[in-house]
Amino acid sequence: MKIAGLLLLPAGWLLALLAVILLRTEASRGAFVLAGMGVQVLAVVLIFRAHRLPRGGHL
Amino acid sequence: MIAGSPEAAAIAMGSTLLIPFALAGLALINVGMVRSRNAAHIMMSSLCVIGIAAIAYFVCGFSWQGVTGAPGFALHIGGKPWDWIAGLPWFWRGLDWTGSPAALVIFMQIFSVALAAMIPLGGAGERWRLIGICASTAILAGLIYPVFAHWVWGGGWLAALGVNYGLGHGFVDAGGSGPIQAVGGLTALVMVWLVGPRRGKYTSDGMPTAIPGHNAVLVLFGCLLAWIGWTGLNSAAAILFSGIDPRQLPLIAVNTMLGAGAAALATAVVTNLRFGKPDASLTANGWVAGLAAGSGACAFVPPASAILIGLVAGAIVPVAIENLELRLGIDDPGGAVSVHAIGGLWGVIAVGMFGRFLPVSVFYTPAKTTELSNSGQWLAQLIGVATLLGCVLPFTYGANWVLNRFLPYRVAPDGERQGLDLHELGAGAYPEFMTHTDEFLQR
Repeated sequence: MKIAGLLLLPAGWLLALLAVILLRTEASRGAFVLAGMGVQVLAVVLIFRAHRLPRGGHL
Repeated sequence: MIAGSPEAAAIAMGSTLLIPFALAGLALINVGMVRSRNAAHIMMSSLCVIGIAAIAYFVCGFSWQGVTGAPGFALHIGGKPWDWIAGLPWFWRGLDWTGSPAALVIFMQIFSVALAAMIPLGGAGERWRLIGICASTAILAGLIYPVFAHWVWGGGWLAALGVNYGLGHGFVDAGGSGPIQAVGGLTALVMVWLVGPRRGKYTSDGMPTAIPGHNAVLVLFGCLLAWIGWTGLNSAAAILFSGIDPRQLPLIAVNTMLGAGAAALATAVVTNLRFGKPDASLTANGWVAGLAAGSGACAFVPPASAILIGLVAGAIVPVAIENLELRLGIDDPGGAVSVHAIGGLWGVIAVGMFGRFLPVSVFYTPAKTTELSNSGQWLAQLIGVATLLGCVLPFTYGANWVLNRFLPYRVAPDGERQGLDLHELGAGAYPEFMTHTDEFLQR
């Protein structure tokens, strides 16, 4: 889960960059940039979940 | 008085001399937020961080950050240059120290990079070994910070999004909400992930316990020092990187003050509603979040917008701190993730939402800048946020994960119980006045 999250973070970033390079209108660029950031939010959630201590696993 | 003139350079230097107050303030905040058994360790670590950050920036950091117009490496994609790293000599070789833009940038950035590197101490304090702190700081100051700062302030691809792709003025950040605050805050998040929560922070059923800091007065006094330092930081950065006319400095100063004050008041109100009384340490966090969030837009917004940016930052901070700790298992004694990462990212977005003034880079040709409009500015700022999350965060994680394998960051359990002052330094901060007890920790 942690590795998936760490891979999804740059994937979302590349999606946002490609939108700027390949698309022309502000609306379509905005939609894809937001989609890329949505992927990043998902990735951050995955990394957070991977780092949560299991119940009963306190230090 | 025009940007880039000798007068502007002198004012930028004067403003830069205030930045060490931000370092002192942040160090005091971090010290006050931890238990007394770790106080000297945090302060000692702050000094080590400043020293290592400066040396790493001297060795290779500036050569990769550069200044706009200096030699660099660019990829060409779709006929557009993507300047991704500068290519100046290491060790500042060949630098003109007599008033060149590069000399001014170095003078200012050597403090800024130290400020960014001190932020993670607040997040991972009380269980992060000094050797790990030093190693992590070298990576941040020698590579991660300079590369991102090049993209934003050194004529890199983020700054050129406006010229190349019509996204407003490109990524704009007057005082460092992104390059300093968000980079430091995201590094703090990585450290918190890697070292894990403090011993006794979470019960067996996953509920967090309160581990209060040892000195609220240090924390609140640190806030006042930080405000002075941030005023200098925002002023110097705005002159050096955004070509702001020095006559605009009063606006930057009042925006910095208003943002911090509004944020602190918002946090006080939110904590009063939430807990029945305003919380001192959270209000201090709100104050610093207002400073962090206000940095990005300080030169481009009217005072009313600065207040709004601060109010939002101050309202977000206590909610973020509580939820990160309660729901996501983030043990962040200094609130560094909420204050600097979330506050900094909000500051970057706020530039796109509220920024109205023309930033004219000292080194951009006026013909290019005057053709730019505000259209698409919000997209450029979002690309900056995506870059911080999609490039800076995973790279920081990967580099520190590898370092952590060879130099374990986390202190041994006995050392944590004893306190890092005694365990790593051999002497406590308050040997005659304080006792070390664990009465509030689960055994």
